[in-house]
Amino acid sequence: MTGTSLKFTPRQIPAYLLALLLVISLLAPVLPLQDPLLMDTAARFAGPSAQHLFGQDEFGRDILVRLIFALRNSLIVAFAAAILAGVIGTALGVLAGYSRGLTEMLAMRFIDIVLCFPPLLLAMLAVTLYGPGPVTLIPVLAIVFVPSFTRVAHASVLSVRSQDYVEAVRSMGASNARVMFSTILPNIAGPLIVQFSFTVAVTVVLESGLSFLGLGVLPPAPSLGLMIGTGRATLAQAPMLLVWPCAALTAMILILNAFCDDLRDRLDPKSSKIRGQ
Amino acid sequence: MFWFLRRGIASLIMLWVIVTLVFMSIHFVPGDPVELLLSQDGGSADPATVQMIREDLGLNRPIVEQYVEKLKGLASFDLGRSMVDDSSVSAEIARRLPRTLELIGLAALISLVIGIPAGIYAALHTGRSFDRVASYVAGFAQGIPVFVLGTLLILVFSQMLKLTPAGGFVAFSQAPGKHMLLLLMPSLSIGIGLAAIVFRITRASTLEVLPLDYVRTARAKGLGDRRIVLHHILRNALIPVITIFALQIGSLLGGTVLVEYVFNWPGLSGMLVSGVNARDYPTVTGVILVISALFIGLNFLVDVLYGLTDPRVRK
Amino acid sequence: MSISETTTKPGLSISGLNISFRNKDGWTSVVRNLGFDIAPGETVAIVGESGSGKSVTALSVLGLLPQQSTRIEGSIRLGDKELLSLSPKDLKALRGNEIAMIFQEPMTSLNPTMCIGEQIAESIIAHRGISKAEAKVEAIRLMEKVHIPSAAGRYGEYPHQFSGGMRQRVMIAIALACKPALLIADEPTTALDVTIQAQVLNLIKELQEEEGMAVLFITHDMGVVAEVADRMVVMYRGDVVEEGTTTEIFANARHPYTKALLSAVPQLGSMSGSNDPQPFAIYDINTGLATDAAVLKSTVDTSEILLDVKDLSVRFPVQQTIFGKVTARVHAVENVSLTLARGETLAIVGESGSGKSTTGKLITGLLHPTAGKVEICGKPMRQDTRQSLSRSVQMIFQDPFASLNPRLTVGRAITEPLRIHKLATEKEQDEIAASLLTRVGLSPDIAKRYPHEFSGGQRQRICVARTLALKPSVIIADEAVSALDVSVKAQVVNLLLELQQEMQLGFIFISHDMAVVERISHRVAVMYLGEIVEIGPRAAIFSNPVHPYTRRLIEAVPVPDPSRRRDRHKNADSETRSPVRPGDYVPPARTYREVSPGHLVQDAGPEWAA
Repeated sequence: MTGTSLKFTPRQIPAYLLALLLVISLLAPVLPLQDPLLMDTAARFAGPSAQHLFGQDEFGRDILVRLIFALRNSLIVAFAAAILAGVIGTALGVLAGYSRGLTEMLAMRFIDIVLCFPPLLLAMLAVTLYGPGPVTLIPVLAIVFVPSFTRVAHASVLSVRSQDYVEAVRSMGASNARVMFSTILPNIAGPLIVQFSFTVAVTVVLESGLSFLGLGVLPPAPSLGLMIGTGRATLAQAPMLLVWPCAALTAMILILNAFCDDLRDRLDPKSSKIRGQ
Repeated sequence: MFWFLRRGIASLIMLWVIVTLVFMSIHFVPGDPVELLLSQDGGSADPATVQMIREDLGLNRPIVEQYVEKLKGLASFDLGRSMVDDSSVSAEIARRLPRTLELIGLAALISLVIGIPAGIYAALHTGRSFDRVASYVAGFAQGIPVFVLGTLLILVFSQMLKLTPAGGFVAFSQAPGKHMLLLLMPSLSIGIGLAAIVFRITRASTLEVLPLDYVRTARAKGLGDRRIVLHHILRNALIPVITIFALQIGSLLGGTVLVEYVFNWPGLSGMLVSGVNARDYPTVTGVILVISALFIGLNFLVDVLYGLTDPRVRK
Repeated sequence: MSISETTTKPGLSISGLNISFRNKDGWTSVVRNLGFDIAPGETVAIVGESGSGKSVTALSVLGLLPQQSTRIEGSIRLGDKELLSLSPKDLKALRGNEIAMIFQEPMTSLNPTMCIGEQIAESIIAHRGISKAEAKVEAIRLMEKVHIPSAAGRYGEYPHQFSGGMRQRVMIAIALACKPALLIADEPTTALDVTIQAQVLNLIKELQEEEGMAVLFITHDMGVVAEVADRMVVMYRGDVVEEGTTTEIFANARHPYTKALLSAVPQLGSMSGSNDPQPFAIYDINTGLATDAAVLKSTVDTSEILLDVKDLSVRFPVQQTIFGKVTARVHAVENVSLTLARGETLAIVGESGSGKSTTGKLITGLLHPTAGKVEICGKPMRQDTRQSLSRSVQMIFQDPFASLNPRLTVGRAITEPLRIHKLATEKEQDEIAASLLTRVGLSPDIAKRYPHEFSGGQRQRICVARTLALKPSVIIADEAVSALDVSVKAQVVNLLLELQQEMQLGFIFISHDMAVVERISHRVAVMYLGEIVEIGPRAAIFSNPVHPYTRRLIEAVPVPDPSRRRDRHKNADSETRSPVRPGDYVPPARTYREVSPGHLVQDAGPEWAA
């Protein structure tokens, strides 16, 4: 991006924190951590200790490690779903926006239909039919978010293609494919990237909700929603079992949201820096 | 007027499409649904039983016949019978629906009553302390998932402060006070997050309208501040708020599922979750159909509101 | 100009006005030491281009500049009242009441969600405290005063149901609601078609005489100044460079900038001598010296026909029943025929909805015609030939900000046509970009920079360079200079004429600006509602317009000569008609007469019987 400075500013904190989270979750399996599945029932509900910094849960497993792996699982599901949704949704939106006519109408009707289902319910229907677990979750979450990508892509394409520089390229003799890929796509990248980041954030929330209900990531694999769900049961005995995953989930979502907002401010095509006027 | 009619017809068509899709979804499942249900507790199902239940549910008849039957049933509000205990799905839904509706209603009310005035005030005094504090709080509130907030509310208000019960339900007719108290906590769980979203979009929209030409014209006319804010700024700034609110209704309906679960509020979600766990198709599809219909209906209402406020849409 | 008898109204008096804006680096001065008076019944114009500070001055009179970031010094007095020291309450009482303002963009200056009548009435209610019912009656009276037809019926309609000219009339009605002493008009007609502009200027003058108000008129168009202003103040980058009565300045301008502004606005009918185009004399702002207009040799070679258009039509459905039957169509272009010879410039003129831009797009192949044919250098323009023919015909667009891909450097943008047609290697592209940039008068070093770093005029030159990359024979300039400042316009027009001299290019120059058209064209075609109503040599069209529409168009152009101000009160107000027709409409067969060699006029249908 022309003109961005690389000085460290407080506004960039979410970006750094997010990078940290991503690195940790990516490297989790190779870091020298405890096994998140290792049970030690004798030490259930133990408080923080040197070996287990956040204490142990109802099966004696290390809470901190479970948090880290839970984060990893959430992010994997979220990114996978967002990428899938992004590719399908963008392709659909660009096609609809450029071809107009019947293609556009069909595409828009399709996403209207998907949008009729509240996302959580669609996921629950899918789980009813196909069983829980990431294999069901990722495609369903992707379908839930295809409409937003399609809408963003479609709207962006419509606004870009009415610009004279697209007409200019066509008048130079460019083929339709070239116009779509070389001219239009790079100019709609901004809103799409922003949409991608939002999708990741919302998917994290959705997936945690489903896991909370026991319909998402399957035990014994750790998931923040799951940990919150089981933490509820042991509320009286060990409130920290509830508080830690709540705090971790909230923190992750807040960091993601802050990053998304900042990204949108930078890439917003309405910003005068980008338009140069 | 035609515009409203067209939107109404579009909504009905949507509904029909949803019904068809939900109906079709059962037939896209790998394996036999009845077998799956009966083999839930491990061990395979006795083929004879499977056949009997299939016959009972009408699954052996040709698809078109099933479809027509289903549509006929819907016309008379019959959503089938639960595969688990043979109870009427629609009867149970009818019992639980009002409770979900009051939850949504109160949550929406809370969000609008807090979010809109705060958003307007923050935009009109942008950059100053209220705006900055409110924006941070809103950002925070928006990030907390609904079930986390609910659970934490229980932790603080029920467990630690012992101010409210941890959940449950009492009919309004029996004990109105207690009913409202029990309704308050779950509504707040949803309402707070929604208020944050309403706040942000109201603030952003108002900020966008403020520098527009027609606001400058209003000022040049020497109109009073109140008139400018109410009739020139708000009338236009609230339009996107309505749109976003409509989009949020989807998550609102989803949110009720989680919150009812957390607070043991006997709305539709309990039915849905146990139905999903038991792979009870009629129950699950019945609830989903009703909620989707609610969703379409709510969107239609919002469209109507939209058409009433923005004359350009009516063409 | 009669001054009304009721001249008890106060006048405006500005002196020593200095305005500065704050940005992150400190304070920037935008207006320096401005001072002038306006007596009641008088019209004073502030003339300047973008960045001159004229609009800022207007906004400061009403106190509409953002308080936090503006610093104003000096004095602005209305009668005895010092406006800069008024309390907010008093300022509000003044706005819309004693001083009223109308703005440039009628499309966005009205609240889209409030009905027109109410927007007029609220001004009356706010300042005069009468009841809603009385205010409504008054509002309707005002609407009639500004010549809005069926005023009572249209009270409850919304802005989007009115055309641009009508909206501006509404703005005027709003401004006049409380009988102001001073009317500030900030470029009120810049966004309107020239015939509508004439009506609105007329209206302002008529109302000024009736009410005896003072008018502060802000514009960049010297022709408009000559039409409406008694005195004028010329501003350049925040300073006053010249002021005086209109007649004085037009006869004897002293400052180089004023001379440049005047010279860039040609006098209609001054070129009746020859049929050839004539470049502008360019005045240097700093030295005041003029580079004389070059003498051009004739470039027209009628033996080679570059462009042959026959019976071209294009129609777009705009309304369909649910079953797909089309109930209304836009007849954007209807049976258009024209030819273009090598080295010739054919101008296509018309107002909005005339179909001129659409014709340009049809010729370039960006749109497919419903009927008729286009031949470029003898080859037909079709779907399959479009790509290869793009090497013969290229287009320059109106908006210099939107016609360059913001993600490409200037060099890459210029050579993009070469990459599409695979005509040059990377190294060759760099060389070609450099030479083209030099050709259009820009430094070759800018090839590595991005479009947003340059001004409108520079970007338009870059676009010209881009069109030359494929060495086309025909260039279509679609309102190519309309969005540019007056002085920059002249430079770009001169550039086009130079290129024509050098390469014998054929130009189709699409424009609504009659004055520029007169300078640049050999032949002119006048379009109205999709049809050519008159076509012929430029001198013939301008000195002897025959078709009623051509005459209306030429008469509406403001004349930059105050001594020739015309009294136009008698012209009927009319709305621009729309080219939308019912689905079963059959266009009438048109006949053309040849009035003089090459000068064809459509026989006017019954709708023109005045």
